[in-house]
Amino acid sequence: MTLSELAAARTSASAAVLADQGLSSDELEALLDGMRGRLQEMRDSIRRGLASDAASRTGMVGWNAKTLWEADDALESPLVRRVQAYAMAVNEENARMGRIVAAPTAGSAGTVPGALIGVADHLGLDDDALVHPLVLAAGIGEVISKTMFIAGSTGGCQAEIGSSAAMAAAAVTELLGGDAAASVHAAAMALMNSIGLVCDPVGGYVEVPCVSRNAFFAVHAVASAQLALAGLRSVIPPDEVVQAMASVGRMLPPELRETGEGGIAATATGRRIALELAR
Amino acid sequence: MSLLDVIGPVMVGPSSSHTAGACRLALLARYTLATVPVRALFTLHGSFAKTARGHGTDLALVAGALGYAPDDPRIPRAFEQAGRAGLSYGFETADLGDVHPNSVRIELWTAEADQPSRGVTLLGSSLGGGLVKVFELDGFRLEFTGGSPTLLVRHRDAPGVLARVTRVIADDDVNVATLYCARRRKGGEAMMSVECDRPISQAAADYLLHLNSISWLRQIPAVMSAASDGAHVASATSDGARTEPRS
Repeated sequence: MTLSELAAARTSASAAVLADQGLSSDELEALLDGMRGRLQEMRDSIRRGLASDAASRTGMVGWNAKTLWEADDALESPLVRRVQAYAMAVNEENARMGRIVAAPTAGSAGTVPGALIGVADHLGLDDDALVHPLVLAAGIGEVISKTMFIAGSTGGCQAEIGSSAAMAAAAVTELLGGDAAASVHAAAMALMNSIGLVCDPVGGYVEVPCVSRNAFFAVHAVASAQLALAGLRSVIPPDEVVQAMASVGRMLPPELRETGEGGIAATATGRRIALELAR
Repeated sequence: MSLLDVIGPVMVGPSSSHTAGACRLALLARYTLATVPVRALFTLHGSFAKTARGHGTDLALVAGALGYAPDDPRIPRAFEQAGRAGLSYGFETADLGDVHPNSVRIELWTAEADQPSRGVTLLGSSLGGGLVKVFELDGFRLEFTGGSPTLLVRHRDAPGVLARVTRVIADDDVNVATLYCARRRKGGEAMMSVECDRPISQAAADYLLHLNSISWLRQIPAVMSAASDGAHVASATSDGARTEPRS
């Protein structure tokens, strides 16, 4: 299935994703049960991450989610703070080698739960409402992965965080009542505005900039859902946006694809930290 | 690929490609060996070679060799666990050629390493999001992903072997997803990998193993998606055939 076919569905986008899987009723129930299990795992990692300020293996991160969660709400914008804190909670658990759900990767694991569970908790929605949006998030990720490898080492960070933001944007849009077209265009707009992001982790560790990047792109996904729910659409068809991202990924030099040799990783401080960590 | 592989796997961090994927590749090698290894050598290529330590790739590979799934909480302590299990391990880096940047050669040996059949050499790539692909096994160019139960068969390159194997699979009412064959030379040693929608029965596996032209057989369980969440290495039920672990 292409994204334009998905956008044209007369049902909700998640129902179209499920129909496309061609599952028996037993398989369908197993899949939905699996998604419920994933939601519980996501919630568990958020809970652990918000409560912990234990440093990661390198000591670069570990307290960001808890600090934000307990800080004054400077913007008086509890949704933004919640989404950011949830996203970082997951990625700090990840950096501590804790248990998380890759969505679609571990480095981008905070975006989908940050945006989806963050919005749901803000609005007081229960987890039953999140199962189908999570299916849609998976469906969007599956379509993207047919065009490009979802890995920083092949496509740069845009392939990871861009995909996770697209998945999250579609899920939040459906959660808030958006139809298939709105959900798919939310994904396309999130993706279009992630193109070009490089994968440049300091010392090769999935910590800096990865943890804060999940906070930013969880909010990015919510922003994209807001535009789509208001009726805004991507001028470039969603499938072409995916192709554009894949093409940019192929142009990226190896230094900017998870080798720790370019970008933030290659700054004077980034190199110094990498050297210290290698000792 | 299942939707549960996109929102998943449930895993120990920090990287789906460099931790979970690495663990799965080593787990596939472990299943192929079908017994406890005493020695492991991991040769890392590309991004794997450059960022292995930062991503816990080294821990994940050793964990997989120990039979741990990607969500096993013992992964961060895999080196200590290896010491306890009597597994010695080493890491090297090399250019494995024109392959995916996240690629590794995994060599596992049992106690009788002097016998060539008592070791396994697996080359595979971690494609992102925890997806993996094996592209070479013991020098044979094959392809399987761990997404489905996989039947591995070593056999003599002779007319009709492929037909007999697929006949047995068909009689077991098992559907084939992919099939690769490779041989060292005409009439020589050959190997096939058959990804199936479910494992073949023990009786079918036993029957295949008793055919003259077949010297070795393994049933490798799926290591992806819900099928492998919480999976563990099952005990071998016979020299060749193994049952799929589920928990």
